[in-house]
Amino acid sequence: MNGSGFFRRLWALCRKEFVQLWRDNSSLLIGTVLPIILIVLIGSGISLDVKNAPVAVVLEDASPTAQDAVSFLSGSAYFSPRYVTSRREAVRLMDAREVNAILVVPVDFTAKLARREAKLQLISYGADPTTATSITGYVEAGVAAFNASRVAGYAPRGMVTVESRMWFNDAHSSTWYFVPGLMMLITTIVGVFLTSLVMAREWERGTLESIFVTPVRKEELLLAKMIPYFCIAMLGFFLCLLASHYIYGVPLHGSLLMLVVSSVLYLFVALGLGLLISAATKSQFLASQVSLVMSLLPAMMLSGFLFDLRSVPAWVAAVGHALPSTYYLELLKSLFLAGNNWPLIGKNCAILAVYAVLLLGLAFLATRKKVE
Amino acid sequence: MRDGNIVEAKELVKRFTPKGAPPVTALGGIELSLQTGCLTAVIGPDGAGKTTLMRLIAGLLTPTAGTLRVLGMDVQGHEQEIQNRLSYMPQKFGLYEDLTIAENMTLYANLHGVPQETRATRFPHLLDMTGLANFTGRLAGKLSGGMKQKLGLACTLVRSPDLLLLDEPTVGVDPLSRRELWDILQRLSKEEQLSIFVSTAYMDEAELCRRVYVMNHGRLLASGSPEELRGLARGRCYRMAPPPGVPMRVLQGMLLDDRENIVDAVPERGAVHFIRRESATEEAMRARLPLPFEAADERLEDGFMCLLRADEEKNAAGQTEALAFAPLSLDANHAPGDDIDIEVRELVRKFGDFTAVDKTSFEVRRGEVFGLLGPNGAGKTTTFRMLCGLLPLTSGHLSVAGVNLRDARTEARANIGYVAQKFSLYGNLTVEQNLSFFGGAYGLSRERIKQRLAEILREFHLETYRHAPAESLPGGYKQRLSMAAALLHQPRILFLDEPTSGIDPLARRDFWRQITDLAAKGTTIIVTTHFMEEAEYCDRIMIQDQGKLRALGTPADLRAQNGDESATMNEVFIRIVEKAREKGGTAG
Repeated sequence: MNGSGFFRRLWALCRKEFVQLWRDNSSLLIGTVLPIILIVLIGSGISLDVKNAPVAVVLEDASPTAQDAVSFLSGSAYFSPRYVTSRREAVRLMDAREVNAILVVPVDFTAKLARREAKLQLISYGADPTTATSITGYVEAGVAAFNASRVAGYAPRGMVTVESRMWFNDAHSSTWYFVPGLMMLITTIVGVFLTSLVMAREWERGTLESIFVTPVRKEELLLAKMIPYFCIAMLGFFLCLLASHYIYGVPLHGSLLMLVVSSVLYLFVALGLGLLISAATKSQFLASQVSLVMSLLPAMMLSGFLFDLRSVPAWVAAVGHALPSTYYLELLKSLFLAGNNWPLIGKNCAILAVYAVLLLGLAFLATRKKVE
Repeated sequence: MRDGNIVEAKELVKRFTPKGAPPVTALGGIELSLQTGCLTAVIGPDGAGKTTLMRLIAGLLTPTAGTLRVLGMDVQGHEQEIQNRLSYMPQKFGLYEDLTIAENMTLYANLHGVPQETRATRFPHLLDMTGLANFTGRLAGKLSGGMKQKLGLACTLVRSPDLLLLDEPTVGVDPLSRRELWDILQRLSKEEQLSIFVSTAYMDEAELCRRVYVMNHGRLLASGSPEELRGLARGRCYRMAPPPGVPMRVLQGMLLDDRENIVDAVPERGAVHFIRRESATEEAMRARLPLPFEAADERLEDGFMCLLRADEEKNAAGQTEALAFAPLSLDANHAPGDDIDIEVRELVRKFGDFTAVDKTSFEVRRGEVFGLLGPNGAGKTTTFRMLCGLLPLTSGHLSVAGVNLRDARTEARANIGYVAQKFSLYGNLTVEQNLSFFGGAYGLSRERIKQRLAEILREFHLETYRHAPAESLPGGYKQRLSMAAALLHQPRILFLDEPTSGIDPLARRDFWRQITDLAAKGTTIIVTTHFMEEAEYCDRIMIQDQGKLRALGTPADLRAQNGDESATMNEVFIRIVEKAREKGGTAG
């Protein structure tokens, strides 16, 4: 009833929560160390780019012009070429999976080049389409560079350079692409998964039962769970931001303030969902299952993190667009890589705010000081 | 209100409606009035509705019907006001295991808004009273059951509540700690006139209260002072000593079988204590019974048993049909065989640097009923698991049915049956499917399974439930099915882990009657229990505490060794453990 009682009890509960977090630091680690590990893993290992792809080069025409045409392979970090003399040898290497592609320079290459009809044959290993597509792209770009150097009169050097940069110099593009997704995932894990788990633990261990029979109000109980996990999630968020910026040089083209504002909004959505799940399940096992299926998996698969929502069937896209994480991810990507797109920021922040109010309201209604 | 009633319930009903299941009536119209400043207990078996009643009073549940007034207010709509003024300790104590003793107390003091000046005097007082003063920095999760229970109590007393509710505060707590807690409660009641309402399954605890409510299956059976409840059995209680060489359980079983004349019979302090029905006169009993008997003082438990038995007979529906046993005889040979079925020498089990069982040696003879007694954490479950071959030993020698368990566990297992503490059969398989599965698991042939299945279904009265899923069985039948599964391959040795925890006193009598029957047929039985008085059913018992063997012998031996021939097993236990702990110099 009185204000001082409210703050005194809230403070007591929050302090308890922080002490518990400190003693059982697995939650703290999930919020802070996990983001760093993920950033490092994804930044260096899990990349859609291909480096040092082994390619067999069959020089049926060994003229200096022909060698010059494929010289881009040797000078690039993306290929490690192996020069062979026959197609049969190349096919053997491909079958043994020692190379990912075969580039054939036909016998009549130099002759046809004069007539501007020269062709190179590229055979790539289709079982791994991602790598195959990347290699095809690199080779095409390499050939384009060669063409450009031959017919300098027709195409200015600079233009070709621009195109090749798209393929070659943007090595970190997938890291850059992953960082916004990663921040969304971290916020989801801490907000939904951890929060629902710790609240469900209190139900399960019966501690809530005795806390209920004190002057404590349910809004105090909910706030005391939200505040600590809000802090952890924000800590993780900033660690992600710093790591991505200083380790991988991910640019932030948009406003930092809007980035923080949208993240706070999304965090409220996540906390609301987490508290709602724990109030409904009241068991750690169920809470972890439900938050996995309801938040983590959709956030990963359907938010546009792994698959672009523009290239999935309409109904999958519709499901994706029902998820708050989709709007948050869209905001993050746009803020990081494109800049301040104000109409998008306004629209998505409004949607997130509606979700936050809705889920926190439901969590408040679902939590009752009763054990039935 | 000060001198009136602190809790008033009229026609109080609480019904739970689980999804996809018929509604369960936890409380079916309770009348209750607790006097202010009084220590009141509610007793009753598990499932009687004690916890539901506590939670209703604490405003944690909403009544389905009837009125409930607490501290002069209707609970509905005034939950918060009531919760501001009363303190409640749930069964699980409600402690934060990763906070220290001091932190737990501070948390509750902050929530209750206890001023710092008050804390400065109250905290030391509480810590002193509960004996926790030296451990304030210890995490609650690292405390023993008894200490947790005292800390839970201290947390409810950080300020003076108008009403203190304690829900089964002594479940799973050793007898010593139980006694200490009750000392505290009685002092609070006397010195501070605190109104306390406590639920318990222990009669000796109810005996210490001013007023007692008796519940069963959600109904109030009676209420009154312990004296009044005892009076229900006045003049009908007797003691009969078994002739030499006859185990007490045999005589108790014989008396219990005489349902027409005897309400209840239980072995106690070296003789069988029984209650005659009002319809059976003492003269008729003297003519009828094989041995002389003498009148005995009635106990609270006798009054309670009279109430339960009458209630059970009145509401025959849903009751477990009693098993029929072969009649017992005093003349049969009751001496255990000479063969040694279990031999244990210098048994040790360590978990890391914690010694759970320390250099324990004993042997069990063919046809003996051997009891393992001790509080939670004494090492009895660990010992038990090693005996069944479920847990490897750290060192020592152990042979079961003549087979060394170290190198031939599978062979040893063919000779043993095991009933786990929890219901460990497949809930969604039928009774028959469960039994066939266990028969197969024990390696019986298909014809043998078929034959044994028919026998055992008949023997355990399970025929009507033959095709019912095991999870749908009533509690008493589940226990029977567990026994049936363990006995299907006719083992020489039967292991029972806490078979009587959580079942009501009447079902406990049935259970022990069945053990008596099996023992009479020559099965060796090893049983663990934390009900000390159940030691009286055993031929010999072993008492463990803190991993060490503290006593081994017949109940009579242990009584004699500890000075008092008329002590209850509970008292004997406390004396043995106190003596050993003094010697060892270790604090609880």
